[in-house]
Formats: sequence, structure tokens, C-alpha cells
Amino acid sequence: MSPSDTPENTTAPGVDGDAAGHAANNLIVFDQVVKRFGDLTVLDHLDFGVAPGERVTLIGPSGSGKTTILRLLMTLEKVTEGHIWVDGEPFSHMNKGSGMVPASENYLRARRKRIGMVFQQFNLFPNMSVRKNIMEAPVNVLGLGKDEASQRAEELLELVGLGDKIDAHPTQLSGGQQQRVAIARALAMRPEILLLDEVTSALDPELVAGVLDVLREVAETTDITMLCVTHEMGFARDVSHRVLMFDKGQIAEAGHPDQIFGDPKEERTKSFLKSVLESQ
Amino acid sequence: MEQINFLIERLPRFLDGAWVTVQLTIGGAALAFVLAMVFGIMGSVGHWLPRAVSTIYVEVFRGIAALVLMFWMAYALPIATGFQLEDRFAAILALGLNVGAYGAEVVRSSINAVAKSQIEATVALNFSWFQRMRLVVVPQAWAQMLPTFGNLVIELMKATAVAYLIGVADLAAVAQQLREATGETVVAYSGALILYYLIAQVLILGMRLLERRANRKLGRIPSGGQGLLSLLRAPTIGTKVGVAK
Repeated sequence: MSPSDTPENTTAPGVDGDAAGHAANNLIVFDQVVKRFGDLTVLDHLDFGVAPGERVTLIGPSGSGKTTILRLLMTLEKVTEGHIWVDGEPFSHMNKGSGMVPASENYLRARRKRIGMVFQQFNLFPNMSVRKNIMEAPVNVLGLGKDEASQRAEELLELVGLGDKIDAHPTQLSGGQQQRVAIARALAMRPEILLLDEVTSALDPELVAGVLDVLREVAETTDITMLCVTHEMGFARDVSHRVLMFDKGQIAEAGHPDQIFGDPKEERTKSFLKSVLESQ
Repeated sequence: MEQINFLIERLPRFLDGAWVTVQLTIGGAALAFVLAMVFGIMGSVGHWLPRAVSTIYVEVFRGIAALVLMFWMAYALPIATGFQLEDRFAAILALGLNVGAYGAEVVRSSINAVAKSQIEATVALNFSWFQRMRLVVVPQAWAQMLPTFGNLVIELMKATAVAYLIGVADLAAVAQQLREATGETVVAYSGALILYYLIAQVLILGMRLLERRANRKLGRIPSGGQGLLSLLRAPTIGTKVGVAK
């Protein structure tokens, strides 16, 4: 799917269709989202949408707000202003009476399970085996039977190439292996949306390829909507339908990866890509 | 020699007293543990109400002398309410309430010390608050609580010695009675000292065993390979083990 497949000039909640990818059938819509930490404005009236099954890569200098977008979607942060919609439903807020109020924990619990996240630092639970790390959420949150969850854990570990590590302890694994377990743990919830927050940034260089191969496979074999913050430009080019270049809390440029990486229009994109390529 | 014979002859009495001391310790520790967990977890919650309840419990019972509380339960409570507690039960209640207040602070700070990234992972997996506490936060905080719990349980065991003042026939009471009956002051108190020390050693060993298990569970020390002898010193942790690159 390429960005041109998404119908434009139709109206999503509060948003008109435009080049940033707004469309009525968008799974995720950011509508005038502002996020401030004290005096610091991280996201500045941000508008964008992501279509179902679309894979979007967010690039840009550090502090440009990319990770904050993922954290807002995972409800680890709350919007300062504006609204986030998922599947046509308010997500940052909920309807109450005739207006909208910030979403309650109960409201979020009913909706958040559609979204999974993989973190830069893996965040595996050190008090559980690899199997338990993957099983606990499907069993406790989705109500899956133990046998079924255990089998799902085994299948997913095969997928990420760690079938023999199922009863290992997270501290016995390398960073790359831990991250692959974290991917399996997120996938075990069968999310519709997967958020990848610089998932290879904490890894030694020789371990990066293994993790990216797993993600390529996930991208090719599933229709999970993916939002990916990364500095791995080769990976971004391979798997994403669209690249968003962020700067100062706004989208500086958006387009097909071939265009963004091959023929960037904006000066900021050019200089950012140059600095990334030089550092790699 | 004569004194050792004295000790050996009175050993059954000493052991009876020691057994009461052990009962007070176990009862007090069990109560303190439950109170520490309940009020410690309440103290870590975001909402102000459980936090306020926790703070009130901690500050009230931390500030009250265990001995006076014990006297109050044994002597004042019957007069005030007409309800007479059994002496041993009054001692356990006073000690448990007092040590539980210290324990609650340990639980609260250990829970707050669990890495924020771990909490974020539980949000990403859509755990409820209860699931997060049960599956991730408390098991991880547990290893952090244990060293201080070890100190508290030994403090509690030693504090049981004041229970003889409300008429509980514990180890201190036995020593006191033997001294008064025989005039063998040195031997009577020495016997009590040794038995208190031995009880403390058993407690320390038990706590270290728990600590070692907890650290193994978190992958901080390798599993297996270390015998019971290694429990004679405090566990060393912090070095990452078995990390494959």
C-alpha cells in the first residue's frame, strides 16, 4: 500500500484530508495535538493520520517529538491539548454528556489492548522466565487459557528465532535476544497497532540486524499497523509505506520513503539525513 | 562446672520460655508483615485517600512506644472497654502494630523504587492496577524489602522481651524468675542471652535464605551451586551474571 491508495478530501473527526495522510478511514488520527512538558512544547498542534495496515516511520532529530507520539498513543503520556482518535473513537478523551473529558483508566483499559509497544530498553520483567513474560498478559488481560497462551508463546519465540530460550531467564539473554522476546511479548496480545520506539538503539551493532530481520518478517507476514521511531534508515526504507520527518514538534516533510530518502524537498530533511548517514 | 550444671538442669524451663518468645516473634512478625504489606501498598497508590490512611497508621504506630502500647492493651483496654485480651495476644498485637508501621515504610519505598520502565511495560500490556502489583511490582520490590525486613524481625524478636512485664512467661520472664528464686544472677541472664542469640541466628539464616531465593528469581545471582554455608554471610549482588553477547 502506498500513500496514494488512501482516499483524500474526506473528513475524519475534526480533520480535513491533506498530504499528511488524513482520511476518513484512518485508524489513528492526531487532531491538533499539543504536548507540553512545563514550558517545553514537544508537539505543536500536530495533525496526522495513519491508515489501517499502514507502516509509518517517524524520523527527525532528537527532541523533535517522535517518541512522544508513540508514548501518547500508548497512553504513557496525556495530551496537553487536542485529541487522538483510534478507529473513529476518541482515545485521548471520552464522550461525557455533550462534551469530551480526558479518558479514564477504565475507558482506556477497554481500548488499549489493541495497541502494543516495544521499548528501546526492552523492559522485560526480570522476575519471570521468558515464557511467563510472554504468557502473563494474554492470560490475565485477554483471558486466554494457560495452555493456549503457552503454545502462543512457543510459536512466537519460534518466529523470533528463540524457540530454545523459552525457559531461560531474561538476564541470561543478550540485548538482541531480549528485544526479540519483547517483540514476541507485544505480538502475543495480537495488537492491531504496534509501536516501535527506537528498538535497536540500545543494542550493540552486531545485534541490530537480527532484531530488524524479525521486524521485517512481522511487517511482511501480518497486516499490523506499525508506527516506528528509528535511526535505521535502510530498515525504514524497506518496510514503511510512508516516512514522516519531524522537527520542532511538527511534521517538516512527509512522503514515500523513496522520495524522502532519495529526493528530500526540505532543507531540514536534507541536513538531518546527512547527519545520520555520516554518523553511521 | 556447678554453673553449667545449673544451666543444664534448668534447660527445660529456659526452652519453655524460649518457645514462648518464638511464638511471640512469629505472631508479631506475621501481623507486622500483613500490616506492612497492606499499608505499604496503600501508601504507594496515587489516590490521596489510601495514602492518607497509610500515613496515619504509620505515623501513629511509629510514634507510640511498643511497651506502653502493650501495657495499654493489657491493663487500660479492659478498663476502657471491659474486654480482656489474653496476655500473649496483647503482646503480639502491640509488637505487630508497632513493627508493621516501620515495615509499611519499607514496603512503600521498595515499591516506589521499582523502575518506571517496568510500570510502562505493564501499561503497554494493558494490565490492571491489581495485575501490575501482583505480577510485576511486588515481586520485584520483594528482593528490596527483605534485607530491612530481616533487621525488623530481629528487632521485633528482641522487643518481645518486654512482654514479661505484662506477665507473659517468655524467655526474659524465665531468666527473671530463676534469678529471683536462686540468686544465680550471672547464670540466669547468661542463659537467656545465649538463647536470644541463637533464636536471632536462626532468623538471620532464614531471612538470608529468602533473600537468596528472591535475588535468584530476579536473575541477580546464579541459581544453584551455593550451599547453606554460604548463608553465614550476607549475599553479594549487583554483578550481572551469565550474560551472553
